[in-house]
Order: sequence, then structure tokens, then C-alpha cells
Amino acid sequence: MKHDFTELRLDRVTRRFAAAGGTAFAAVNELTLTIRRGEFIALLGPSGCGKSTALNCIAGLLPLSGGSIWLDDARIDTLPPERRGFGMVFQNYALFPHMSVERNVSFGLRMRGVAASEIAPRVARALKLVQLVGQEQKLPGQLSGGQQQRVAIARAIVIEPPLILMDEPLSNLDAKLRLETRAEIRRIHRELDRATIYVTHDQDEALSLADRIVVIHGGTVQQIGSPQEVYAQPTNLAVARFMGYRNVLELNVQAEQDGRVTLAGGDIRLTGVRKQPLSTGRACVAVRPEEIALGEGPGGANTIVGRVDNVEYGGRDSLVDVATRSGALLHVRSHVPVALGQEVRVHVPVERALVYPSDGAP
Amino acid sequence: MTTAAAARAPLDRSLLLIVPAAAFMILLFVYPFLYGLLLSFEPKDAMTLENYRKFFTDPRLWPTIWTTLRLALPATLINVGVGLPIAYRMRVKSRYQRLATTLLVVPITLGTVLIAEGMLTYFGPRGWLSQTLQFLHLYDGPIRLTHNYWGVLISLVVSGFPFAFLLILSYITGIDPVLARAAATLGADPAAQFRHIYLPLLAPGLAMCFCLAFVQAFSVFPSAVLLGAPAGPTRVISIAAYEAAFEQYDYSLASAIAMMMGFVQLAVVAAVLALRNWFYRGPVVGGKG
Amino acid sequence: MSAAGAVEPASTGPVSPRTQAWFDQAWRGLLLGLMALFLVNVGLMIVAVATSSFARRWLGTWLPEGWTATWYSQAWKEFQLDWVLWVTVEVVFAVVALALLIGVPAAYTLARRNFLGKRALTLLFLLPLMVPPITYGIPLATVLYQAQLAGTIYGVILANLIPAAPFVILVMTPFIEQIDPNLESAARVFGANTARMFWHVLVPLLAPGILAASLLVLVRTIALFELTFLTAGPDSQTLVVALYYAVFAAGVRAPQSVDAMAMIYMGVTLIWLLIALRFVNPTQLVSRVKEQPLRA
Repeated sequence: MKHDFTELRLDRVTRRFAAAGGTAFAAVNELTLTIRRGEFIALLGPSGCGKSTALNCIAGLLPLSGGSIWLDDARIDTLPPERRGFGMVFQNYALFPHMSVERNVSFGLRMRGVAASEIAPRVARALKLVQLVGQEQKLPGQLSGGQQQRVAIARAIVIEPPLILMDEPLSNLDAKLRLETRAEIRRIHRELDRATIYVTHDQDEALSLADRIVVIHGGTVQQIGSPQEVYAQPTNLAVARFMGYRNVLELNVQAEQDGRVTLAGGDIRLTGVRKQPLSTGRACVAVRPEEIALGEGPGGANTIVGRVDNVEYGGRDSLVDVATRSGALLHVRSHVPVALGQEVRVHVPVERALVYPSDGAP
Repeated sequence: MTTAAAARAPLDRSLLLIVPAAAFMILLFVYPFLYGLLLSFEPKDAMTLENYRKFFTDPRLWPTIWTTLRLALPATLINVGVGLPIAYRMRVKSRYQRLATTLLVVPITLGTVLIAEGMLTYFGPRGWLSQTLQFLHLYDGPIRLTHNYWGVLISLVVSGFPFAFLLILSYITGIDPVLARAAATLGADPAAQFRHIYLPLLAPGLAMCFCLAFVQAFSVFPSAVLLGAPAGPTRVISIAAYEAAFEQYDYSLASAIAMMMGFVQLAVVAAVLALRNWFYRGPVVGGKG
Repeated sequence: MSAAGAVEPASTGPVSPRTQAWFDQAWRGLLLGLMALFLVNVGLMIVAVATSSFARRWLGTWLPEGWTATWYSQAWKEFQLDWVLWVTVEVVFAVVALALLIGVPAAYTLARRNFLGKRALTLLFLLPLMVPPITYGIPLATVLYQAQLAGTIYGVILANLIPAAPFVILVMTPFIEQIDPNLESAARVFGANTARMFWHVLVPLLAPGILAASLLVLVRTIALFELTFLTAGPDSQTLVVALYYAVFAAGVRAPQSVDAMAMIYMGVTLIWLLIALRFVNPTQLVSRVKEQPLRA
């Protein structure tokens, strides 16, 4: 097993389960991905999309139904988990309840036969890194959730693995603790510079932590890209919906030229940028609430008229629901205060109106 | 003021719900026990240890402790010792597990008396087992597994193994399997997972299971009479107590014997729990390497 | 931490993976073999009894020398099974009803309230389940004789109630804990006193638990030997005690009629077991003192 590697390659990794009725369905479907040393990859997707399954396959806790996993030139998907040498942080921490913090953290080192004289300083270093010095003799039951999570992280990093796997490590923490621990994870990753695969359903976590994001939906990879790419240029409607493009309007295609599409429906007329080839006469335009501005567009273009239907005050801005006369509802983030029932005009920059083929979902 | 009293009243009254059960227990469990304890010291209306002296000098009484231990300890060791690896192997919820648990409930439900009759028919010198062994030339002549020590021992295993197995299985399935998975990612192979994760977490449950199984085996009664030789080799302590009560009508002596029975059980349970504490104080709590 | 400090995962050990896999297979075969051996032998025991009960004569051959069902009617008359079955029914149903009556409210109090002496009381309720019946049966029989209840059906019912009520408490307590306490608060806010809250809110929600507890107590009481044996008189014997006496005196009677009675006993027990298994998990039959499951 290599101490360091150049790349971890997932080649058409597939994992099938037998569903009720005898048919098999693929929880992970032909996942292909290459991870470089030191890279932070986020597997992002809604619950049940297969991201945790994929992580378990990489760890060796689940066998593959198809495909292979390679560490540089060595094939590793045939190895049991205890021989892959990866560190893993579990969602509900999985700390051994009958062992103290110190024995939990040193467990991996003891399993690998590291000399006792070397174990103590390494455990001390790991606990210092996660800021838990002084808690060595406590049992997990005596620690708070945030502390338990940090013990789990220390346990995974003390073995100095080439790859760290994290399965939604923050989802059991409350909001404030989540933010703090997220910053911790970022800091630890910078210090250790180990390749990390991080599974989450929270796009904020993925955007803030990852070098690259892999968006998964229905077991299949939808998009792989940098946070900026995935945020601003989702490749399809599923990714767009998941990444916070709350306004999705299904309209009729009027004209198409040079990648720009003009659509109309009801009392709405918009021009946007085409992201995927369109075939039928119907298409969806997706816009982020933050990218709809109050007021008329340049020359009156891409402007929608409506009435304020609901205002949710949020401190530095408000989430405003604007209803058009034809019944469409737009969600707008506005810094400018508006009143309920007020008639407003909003506009969308053409480059930020993304057009996709209809997918039939509301 | 009245509201405070009213707020307290419903709560107090619902505590009364437990009174019937508590009273019943005290009347029919604690009181007979105390009465029996007292009675064992009063064979002739005076406080004396006469009964206990009689117990330890009568050659038909004190050897019963050893006779019963000779049966109960091996049976319990077999039941728990074989039950543990099998239950561990079957810890994953599968068709086999469900089948095994359902089938194993049958001997427990049928009870020791039916098992005794079944064994007399099947394990007897003319039963199917005997015939099979002779047919396969594994044994010469009729087997002698009934009306002796072996009959009682086998019956203790037949009735005790399902109980031990099911209890251990319930403890094992109560341990979160993600712990073993975490250990695997840290380099523990299946043997190490059992040794470092499951075994320490099972230790309290195993000790409890051993105690319960032993106590059950030590009180063997119908099997010892029907399948054993109650006059001699399998004269267990419960038989001695029964005879004192219902054949000699010496309730005082019978109580004394029952107290001795309880005392021996308590001694073994205490020893097992002490052993468990001694074993697992080391690796589990705060070891420095 | 430098990369040079990284650790090699554990080596494969003294045996190669192939030998290891062979060991695993052999070990698994041994364990499953033992289990199968156990189940097969117990099964054959039952079949042997069944065969014998239908045998005209059976002396050391593989199969009997002829079949008949007359042993059943003979056993019925000989052991007065109509009377014994009736006694068994009375005892068992009385025990179930009484155990529920005093056990469910007690379980409620234990699950919902904290009070002085709660731990001692809980231990008191657990003791009859951990101490085997014969140990406390003899002093109990003595006391019942003094109270002149021994030898009557009332004595038998009381004796069997001792392990039954705590068992109901043990089974019901987790059921009650599962019910949201806010439901009870809501009932009180809308005007129900304790009795009505019990009857209209708790009991309907607890119905599955009560059913489970009843069936488990029923099955256990039918098979409970020692307590009835020590406290019953000649006309208050339950089926299992009558069976014991029959087997005990088997030298005098034809073994086949004893086996016929055994089959009747088995039939009664297994019917109720099958009914019970529809509603409960098999392991609940033995769950006595259950430790808290350790979750990470």
C-alpha cells in the first residue's frame, strides 16, 4: 500500500441493490472520477442519490457490482477495508463507546503494530490539531457532539492515510457548531494536504470546502467542476435545482440564435443562455433569486411585471415572492425594502437566465 | 395554593397505580422468602442452626450441592460457550437467523417435561438415535443416555442452549455494526474486530447470560427425576428440598435446603461478576498502552 | 506531519489469504453444523414422540408394528384430560388477566414517574424473573399451605402470577416509554382524569403491546411446571403437571398413551406459540433483563 499516491481513479464504479420485486437498481451507476493527491472533492447530492454508497464502496465496506478502483497502478477494489489504509469519518462518529479518547484515536495505530513509543506522540499531535488536548481519558459518552466529531476526525488522520473519507460529518451538529467545525476541517485539510472525499447534501458545505464538486443525482454523476462552475454554470436542470436555482419557469421557445434563446409564456418574455440542446418547443429557464434585480432591465429587456405576494425579512435582505398576472411566481432576494401588494418590475441579466430542456418536473 | 395542591394531586394519585403490583410482590415473594429464611432457623421453635448442621452432616443432603454443580456448570459452559460463536456468526439479519430463532423458540416453549419425555423416547436404549448409531457401527449395543447423568446433562443443553443463544443474539444485535466497520477502516481484520470491539462490549451481557443460564440449570428438577437417577447419581438439591417438604413434611428443613440452594447460586453469580470486572477493568478503561 | 511518517497497513499475517479463507469456511461449517445437529435432533425427538403416540406396538424397531389412534382416546380417559384441560384454561386465562391488571398500571408508573425507592422497586419486580421458580417455590408453597390456599386452584393462580406480573411489566415498560407523554398532557388539558386518560388514550395505543404481553404470558404459563407442581392439589393440576405424573409413572402405563398425552400437550402449546409468533418477535420470549443497546 502506498504512502502517497498521484491519483485515485474510479472507473465506472457501479453498485447494485436488489429492490423489492426482484429487480436490481443501481445505487451508484458507472461513477468515473479521478482524484489527485491533496485534492478536496465533495460528493454532493440529495438524500438517497448514492453518494454515501459510493463512499462505502471506496472504503471497501461494500463490494462493487461493476467497475474498478485504482490507486495509481494498483487495483484496490478487491482488497478488504482493513488493508486499504484509508481514514474514514462516519456520520454518527462511530466512536468505540468502551474506549477512552486516547484509545479510540490510537486504535488504528495499534492495529497496524506501531511501536508504543511512537503512538503517544502521534496521538498527542492529532489531538492538538483538533484542539482536544486534555480530554484523553474521557469516554465518548462524556463528550459533546462537537467534541465527539473532532475525536472521530483525529482518529482518521492520526494514521496519516493517503486518502480521508468523510460521510456527512457535520449533519448531526447544530447550526453554529456546524460552521465552526467546517472551518476546522478546512484548516486541518490545509495543514495536512491529504486527498479528501467529502459526502454532503449541503451545498454551502460543498462550495466552501471543495476544490472540485461532484454533483450526483439518482446514482449518476451530473456534473464535475469547481465550486464556481457548479454554482454559476450548472450543466442540467437537476443540478440547477439542487444548487439553488429556485426559479424555474417552463415557457415556449420563440427563437434561438447563437446560443441565445428567447422564450415566452403568459405575460413573461425572457431571453437567456442555452445550456443544453433543445428539441421540443418547450424549455425551462432557471434563475437564482439573488440574480433577479428590482427595476427595469437595460432598454426594458428581460423585465417582468408583478405584484409582491409575500415578504420574508432576513436582516440584510428579504426573500420576496413576486406573482405575475398570468400566475407565475418568482422568488427574489432584494436588498431594497418592498411592501406587500406593491407592484414591482424585476429583471434578469441575459447571461444569468439559463435555459434547459423541460424535464417534466414542476 | 389550591392550584398547587391540585397540580400535585393527579401526579400523586397515579403513583397509586403501582401499589397493587408492589403489594402483590411483597406479599407473595418477599414475605415467603423471609418466612422461609426464618423458618429455616426454627426447626423446633427456637433459633438455632440445627437445620444447617443437619444439612452438612447428612450424607444424603450436602453431596447434592456437588451433584448439582456437576450438572449445572458443564451445561452452562456448553450453552454459553457454543452459543456465543454461533450467535456471533449469525448476527447479520438474514433468512437463516430468522429461521434459527423461530425454531429455537420451540424447545423453550415446550418446556422441560416434554423434552424429558421426548428424550426418553428418542435417546432411550431402543430409540432412533441408538438404532442409528448401531446401524452405522459407531457403537456396539444400546446406548445409555437416559436414566443417568448424561440424560440430565443433555436435557439441560436442549432446554438451556436456545435460551442462551437467543439472549446472546439479542445482545450482539444491540451493538451498532458501524463500530465494526469503523474498526475495519482502521486496519482491524475480522478477528481483531471481534476481540477489540465486540467482546468488550459483550462482556457485561455475557456475564449476565452466564448467570441466568447457570441459575436456571442449577434449579433442574423434573429432568433430574424423569431422565436421571434421582436416588443416587443425579440427586440434585431441588429433589432434596422437595422431599423434605412433601415427603417428610419438615418444612423447616425444606426451607433451609432452599436457602442453601439460593446461597450457592448467589455465590456463583457473585464469582462470575467479580471475574468479569477483573478481566475487563484493564483494557477497557483508561489504559496507557 | 510528514508523509514519511505514514504507516503501512497491517500485513497479512502468518497465513496466506487462501488458507485464511479455508479456515473461515471450515469454522463456519462447524458452527452451522452444530446448529443443524441440535435442531435436527430436537426435531427428531418430537417426531419420535408423535410416532410413538400413533403406534400400536413399538419395540426397538425403526418404525412401529402398526398404527392406531386409540391411544389418544385412552389417554383422554385415563388422565382425565377434559378436566385437566379445563383447569389449565382457567388458570392460564386468570393469570393473564390478573397479570395485565396489576402489571400494566405498574409499568406505566415505572415508565413515567420518578420516585423514592424506584430502583429498589424495579429490582423487586425483576427478581422473580431471574430467580428460578423452584428456589422461591418451596417457601411459597409453605406459606400457601399455611394460608390453606395450597391444593386449590386459587393457590395455583397466585403462584403462577408471581413470574407473570413482572414479565408483563418488563414487556410493557418500553411500549409505554415509546408513547409521547405530550399525548397524556393533551388529554388532561381537554378534561380527562387518570382513569379516563388510561381508558381512552393509553390502552388503545398500547393494544399491540398488551396483546404481545398476553400471548407471551400465556405461552410461558402453559409450560410453567415447578410452581404449579408445588402448589397444586389432585384436582387443580395443569396439563404440564399431569404430564409429569404420567411420565413419572410410565412404568405402570403403556408408553404410547403417555406419548399421546404428550402430543396433546405439545399441540396446545404450539398452537398458542404460532399465534403468539404472529404478533411478537421470538426473542421476546426469553428477553429477561435487557441491557441498553450500546450505540456509538
